[in-house]
Amino acid sequence: MDKDMTSGSNTLGADRLLAMYQMMRLIRRFEETANELYMQGRIPSTLHLYIGQEAVAAGVSAVLRKEDYVVSTHRPHGHALAKGVTARAIMAELFGKATGACKGKGGSMHVGDMRMGMLPAIAIVGGNVPIAAGLALAAKMQRKDVVAVCYFGDGAANEGAWHEALNCAAIWDLPVVFVCENNLYAASTPFKQAYKVENIARRADAYGMPGVVVDGNDVLAVYTAAHEAVQRARRGEGPTLMECLTYRLCGHSRSDPRTYRTKEEEKSWKQKDPIPRFRQYLLTNCAVSDEELRAVDESVEEEIQEAIRFAENSPLPKPDDLYTDVFKE
Amino acid sequence: MAMMTIAEALRQAIREEMQRDERVFCIGEDIGIPGGFGGAFTVTLGLSDEFGHERILDTPISEAAIAGIALGAAIAGMRPIADVQYADFLFNMMDQLVNEAAKMRYMSGGTLSVPMVMRAPVGATARGAQHAQSVEAFFTHVPGLKVVCPATAYDAKGLLKSAVRDENPVLVFEHKLLYGSKGPRTEKGSISPVGEVPEDDYTVPIGKGVVRRKGKDVTIVANLLMLYRSLAAAEELSRKGVEAEVIDPRSLVPLDEDLILESVKKTGRLLIVEEDNLSGGWGAEVAARMADSGFFWLDAPIKRVAAPDVPPPFSPLLEREYVPSETKIVETVLSML
Repeated sequence: MDKDMTSGSNTLGADRLLAMYQMMRLIRRFEETANELYMQGRIPSTLHLYIGQEAVAAGVSAVLRKEDYVVSTHRPHGHALAKGVTARAIMAELFGKATGACKGKGGSMHVGDMRMGMLPAIAIVGGNVPIAAGLALAAKMQRKDVVAVCYFGDGAANEGAWHEALNCAAIWDLPVVFVCENNLYAASTPFKQAYKVENIARRADAYGMPGVVVDGNDVLAVYTAAHEAVQRARRGEGPTLMECLTYRLCGHSRSDPRTYRTKEEEKSWKQKDPIPRFRQYLLTNCAVSDEELRAVDESVEEEIQEAIRFAENSPLPKPDDLYTDVFKE
Repeated sequence: MAMMTIAEALRQAIREEMQRDERVFCIGEDIGIPGGFGGAFTVTLGLSDEFGHERILDTPISEAAIAGIALGAAIAGMRPIADVQYADFLFNMMDQLVNEAAKMRYMSGGTLSVPMVMRAPVGATARGAQHAQSVEAFFTHVPGLKVVCPATAYDAKGLLKSAVRDENPVLVFEHKLLYGSKGPRTEKGSISPVGEVPEDDYTVPIGKGVVRRKGKDVTIVANLLMLYRSLAAAEELSRKGVEAEVIDPRSLVPLDEDLILESVKKTGRLLIVEEDNLSGGWGAEVAARMADSGFFWLDAPIKRVAAPDVPPPFSPLLEREYVPSETKIVETVLSML
């Protein structure tokens, strides 16, 4: 299995590799736990889970600095965790608590915390892409060494705003990296039904920017491609379109029986699950012991449990909070 | 004091704000192209020579991107003034403005602010259905957006400055027939309200209306071009012995309800004049609020004069029928007495 993995690890020390593993585990366990809590009726709303796609957020964010921006989608928990928003702040937000990342006013689809560079997530497909270009334009005008990363799914690349934003980012050489998480389905619509081209990355040509296809279930491949794209952006050479091929190992949202996919297809992708894959890679190639990995798993479990305790013990918003935060005085 | 057209006053406001605050920049189509128009109505003419093309940023024809990029830049600490060539094009930006800009602060739990300005020309000017609409009401409906509509050169400079300094998204609606744009961009039928504009720094507060003409018999609330039609109608009415009080709301969000109510208490009659289509216009909201808070002072049903519920037509004859006229305003007031 490890033979599949990109051998980019020689540039990364064991501590950083372990941190990437920890982030993937944290995202996976956060999402599994959120799903359980939802099924138990302890959190309201719907949930768009990131299970199976963890390598993308973990790989990309490993390249980013705190002051870099991340603009996310209706499936934002993983992006937020990887950018440094705490599990407790996100969990409390899912519970609709006043201590949540958005004081209970955002919810699952809008989690974010600009203090960590994570914009409240945008749940309109494609609507986040021009905003990422705007953040990057500001960074350029302010002469700041800051990069914006814009995540979106394969569905978004058929939205008009996506095309407008990529074109503007290209003509102005904006420091932005467009990260497509192509999980093969826009809700239930198969990729091949919505695209004549084989890869979304090919569309980069149309805008005059590099487009790369990456194994999105290989965290090191994601890291390597993101590193190159982010460095290019920091050098002032403009945007890159990264297409990470990945798969949702769960439904689109809370009530998705996934009958539009075959069990065989799901099984084949389950074998490419990015977390066991990276775990095996670390054991085989990086002199990381099973004990070390289990210690990481345990610390993740503690973090998740602490997040639940924090969320459950936190106060609800007050009814009057409905009326605040519409305008800034 | 200098005498200025509205286009000149807006340009002066932009110039002064850009000099005052390096975070301020303009973004839009055809706003700074050398040899170009300086925006569809000359407001940014010459500014790219003064400030360069990074701060007078010409874009491709990509309205969703203009709005979204302005929004992103505002979140990141800039103060964008986006030029919407025609207000009709705001509909290309609706997702960015309604789903994104208006809700960003709320969704963030009050941690973000979005200091962005959208300048958009409204009004029917013999261009047919898609370059003519008065679209203010679409935005007065959306919590999180402020809406202003300056009708004089003084207010144009003062309100635009307030909009730039506001911490929230502000839509500034300007009327094509009021710009006073000169040269080849002159609009036929313009009334060009040239006015005195102080050269010093001043602002007009958002949310404060003004009484443009005092009267005791009826209150007329009218914005932009309709303000001038209403003032002309008031003179005609005066010759018939009816004294109309004419109020320019200047801001639609927030609305200066107190000013309107005080006038209604005095006159007992309220007419709202707007160039938007009748149904669901901002005038309907003013009428509903005054029916509520002013009910016991009203001596007649509240009336509205607005464009009928048809698209803006092209033929000048049809357009004259479409846009509320002085005659309609006079007739409606007389029917209320």
